[in-house]
Amino acid sequence: MSTTAELLKGAAELFPDEVVTQAHVRHFDLPFGAGRFALITLDNGHDHTKPTTFGPQSLANLDTAIDQVEKEAADGEIVGVGITGKPFIFAVGADLKGVELLKRHEDALAIGKGGHEVFKRLSKLAVPTFAYYNGAAMGGGVEVGLHCTYRTVSAALPAFSLPEVFLGLVPGWGGCTLLPNLIGADKAVTVVIENSLNQNKQLKGKQVYELGIADALFEGADFLEQSLIWTASVLKGEIEVERPVIDRGEAWDQAVARGRFIADGKVHGAAPAAYRALDIIAAAKNGDLQQGYDAEDQALADLIMGGELRAGIYAFNLVQKRGKRPAGAPDKNLARPVTKVGVVGAGLMASQLALLFLRRLEVPVVLTDIDQERIDKGVGYVHAEIDKLLGKGRINQDKANRLKALVTGVLDKAEGFADADFVIEAVFEEMGVKQQVFAEVEAVAPEHAILATNTSSLSVTEMASKLKHPERVVGFHFFNPVAILPLLEIVRGEKTDDASLATAFAVAKKLKKTAVLVKDAPAFVVNRILTRFMGEIQNVIDEGTPVEVAEKAVEPLGLPMSPLVLLELVGPAIGLHVSETLNKAFPDRFTVSPNLKAVVEAGKRGFYVYDSGKPELDPEVAALLKQGDTVLTEDQVRARVLDAVAQEIGLMLDEGVVAEAQDIDLCLITGAGWPFHLGGITPYLDREGVSERVTGKRFLEPGVASVPA
Amino acid sequence: MPRTVRDVVFVDGVRTPFGKAGPKGIYHETRADDLVVKAIRELLRRNPGLDPKKVDEVAVAATTQIGDQGLTIGRTAGILAGLPTSVPGYSIDRMCAGALTAVTTVSGSIAFGAYDVAIAGGVEHMGRHPMGEGVDPNPRFVSEKLVDESALFMGMTAENLHDRYPQITKLRADEYAVRSQEKAAKAYANGKIQQDLVPISVRRTTPEAGETGWGLVTADEPMRPGTTLENLANLKTPFRVHGRVTAGNAAGLNDGATASVIASEEFARENGLPVKMRLVSYAFAGVEPEVMGYGPIPATEKALAKAGLSISDIGLFEINEAFAVQVLAFLDHYGIADDDERVNQYGGAIAFGHPLASSGVRLMTQLARQFEEQPEVRYGLTTMCVGFGMGATVIWENPHFDGGDK
Repeated sequence: MSTTAELLKGAAELFPDEVVTQAHVRHFDLPFGAGRFALITLDNGHDHTKPTTFGPQSLANLDTAIDQVEKEAADGEIVGVGITGKPFIFAVGADLKGVELLKRHEDALAIGKGGHEVFKRLSKLAVPTFAYYNGAAMGGGVEVGLHCTYRTVSAALPAFSLPEVFLGLVPGWGGCTLLPNLIGADKAVTVVIENSLNQNKQLKGKQVYELGIADALFEGADFLEQSLIWTASVLKGEIEVERPVIDRGEAWDQAVARGRFIADGKVHGAAPAAYRALDIIAAAKNGDLQQGYDAEDQALADLIMGGELRAGIYAFNLVQKRGKRPAGAPDKNLARPVTKVGVVGAGLMASQLALLFLRRLEVPVVLTDIDQERIDKGVGYVHAEIDKLLGKGRINQDKANRLKALVTGVLDKAEGFADADFVIEAVFEEMGVKQQVFAEVEAVAPEHAILATNTSSLSVTEMASKLKHPERVVGFHFFNPVAILPLLEIVRGEKTDDASLATAFAVAKKLKKTAVLVKDAPAFVVNRILTRFMGEIQNVIDEGTPVEVAEKAVEPLGLPMSPLVLLELVGPAIGLHVSETLNKAFPDRFTVSPNLKAVVEAGKRGFYVYDSGKPELDPEVAALLKQGDTVLTEDQVRARVLDAVAQEIGLMLDEGVVAEAQDIDLCLITGAGWPFHLGGITPYLDREGVSERVTGKRFLEPGVASVPA
Repeated sequence: MPRTVRDVVFVDGVRTPFGKAGPKGIYHETRADDLVVKAIRELLRRNPGLDPKKVDEVAVAATTQIGDQGLTIGRTAGILAGLPTSVPGYSIDRMCAGALTAVTTVSGSIAFGAYDVAIAGGVEHMGRHPMGEGVDPNPRFVSEKLVDESALFMGMTAENLHDRYPQITKLRADEYAVRSQEKAAKAYANGKIQQDLVPISVRRTTPEAGETGWGLVTADEPMRPGTTLENLANLKTPFRVHGRVTAGNAAGLNDGATASVIASEEFARENGLPVKMRLVSYAFAGVEPEVMGYGPIPATEKALAKAGLSISDIGLFEINEAFAVQVLAFLDHYGIADDDERVNQYGGAIAFGHPLASSGVRLMTQLARQFEEQPEVRYGLTTMCVGFGMGATVIWENPHFDGGDK
């Protein structure tokens, strides 16, 4: 048995549940008498809904297939070797489930080496090798093709990426080394760093060709046939593949610098993967492939044994799995159909909600408000947004006509809501106003209609309390910007019944939102944690720590923006309002910052001015600040903030605000954009020992979002 | 309005390699629509002068028009092949003469002036759609003795034809079949067939039939080069005890697709498209369903009469070999020798296979190649028998004709 085979056998024993990919070898004659050809098909035996992956046994199977074709090539029995995938899928890379199981650095190293040892054989056969990217190709799937002599890609290929950095890894089976050597460092940085950190952006077939990753592009209808005909022409010397010369000078260094700039902008140095990948790309400039592979092995092993990757995989699974099957949602068969939606209010939030319901549900949406002018403005906003979509080519004229015809506004709620199945209110955030609105809606809407509130901090139970049918009231809390942030907190009031809740979840699914069931507790999940987090920052500033120290203190977390920039985005007045609400509920933990109050009263919309291009504290704001004389270090600030967050999460779990810590993390990732490398936040709090310090225990069992014990 | 009938030409034709129907066949895991789609795409690739927007019709024949051969396959295949949505399409069924009828039907429309250019072809995946799938014959056929029960089973109609022509013995049929295999093998060796084949990628997921994974088909699967009389002598006669019709002297059950471009001669010339054959006449005729293999004879009589030609004017014959006996009945009728060199020069369906509704265009594609090679020939014909007692014949003129004497 070869060393590679032994290596993979050992790895396979650690991962008995692998969905194994077979590497079928089939022989046939190429057209035009170009000779006998061996084509390897990667296929895990399932349909396209279970994409082909590479676990250790799968790599071993490919290794065995290469044994066979290597011999045939050496013996002159074949003129070339190809590799392709099952219908719609080429291969989507390493099996993450197997990565999660790894406990030892040497095992992680074995996975890296195993992949390299197998893939690189494809570049050392006695005959040319061809990868035919027929369908989705990611990570190791892309990389196996990079080791081949030539590549073709299908114009129908929907998704092609090296998503490793997005998850917390590096493209470590040749990606970091081969890609810049194939297409140049700058384009490689785009694929490896920029796309990956841009919410794992996928390339389409045509782009793969235009980037120079593939040598030929063929339409999906007869992709494999045309690829094989092209192969025959290449082998007969009728087609000569030309590739641009790579600039190995300054351009290479500039590309790496650009990558670092992108990484800094996204993770602020807080997660290592992008930087490790850039180091390898930088070193690949000398063209020494084996040196690159060795560096990839080390980086992979280090990252696999690091908390950021484990948190990244955990976060990925939360979004992909838990986000699609919300914990605690009632039986979906209880959901009632929603054929018409009412929106109370025609302000900006209400209009955005109307647009969202319209686009996703494609049912009549009717807006009401207190005067015709507001209504016209609301409907006008929706029409204008539809025209924008039309202008961008996102919808066609027929669809625009259909959507515009579906949205209307009326003054009279009785006229608008008499046949609505779902009415959502987005009026002024005050209990009395909202209760009044629901009472009016209840008087005119059908008895089965769901009454939903977009409140961010008021009690759903109290809002429903004066109704004849409080069981049909649910909280439906969106996050701004509604069109972008995926989270929807669905709030169950005390009397909310299962059918109403099921309907709310069904609507959320159609809206393509990530729904999380939360208890009717003050400010629910995201706003409560963010407010506690912000509150602690405010506290240390109020006590005397300079603003810039407080801001810098949380930079190592790699949050999407600094606390005060976030507060600017939310609006200081809204931030103040939520802190007041929470202060009322939990006066011992939530404070109302006098400085924030002063800023709001002064009518300031933010804290910074950007005249110099960089944010600088607005002198007018600085003049308003009244600070104490307790000055903390960055470390001290960070500890205080994290302790506060950990304490709050612990209390929320005790109160049963959500089912599990996983839901807290899912909310923070999808509602606040908190990063994958923190796993939301609880994996980070566990990893840094904050959870145990504050609550006496971890939030997650070891191994859930960390290296298993 | 005044109207001039226009000359119609066969521009080009291609086909997939034919496969054996059934779980071990090369196309067992390939959809029927994909076969014809790939043939259409190859036609478009080979004829860059043909602007897809200008195609006026896509006529696709299939005998069993359900599943992947249903849904008005002429229309769906056009869209799947990447033709603009402005190009219409429809489906045609005349069983074995489906593709032939697709050609004649669009030809009629071209001659009349309704179309300038059309795509015509056929597909039959007899593995996915076995003969007789979903049929529901009216009980009156039997109760009123409108047809004999054997009329529904093509092999039995072939036995009936042997009964009608006792001089056509099993030996003659077998000898004919051996020659068909020999001629087909020779045509392959000389590269006559491959030039009009579209390579098809095929997937196999079960190892019983051979290596698994994706493969590429570049040749007909049913071929049995080297077949001898001895090989054929002892084959079973599945349609009748002590009968004459065997798997060896008949076409098999096959999968495959064909496609052709048919245009007005004017359009072809203006657009720089090849003119491989010029349509002279066509005819269809009915016979007793029990002896459907007799069909080509009255159909040919009609087509010759309409063209003002006699059989002696025909220099090349492409006769579909559903059964050797049916070819021999035709040859006997016209006094043509069993091994006449004008007949099926490249061999026939006994060797290549006969995916019912697709075969007509295969005959034309082969005749077109023979015209190219033999400019001394002026006229040729393509003919085939059709289930339920019909025959179909198209007479073609060789545009390369150099005034020679045949």
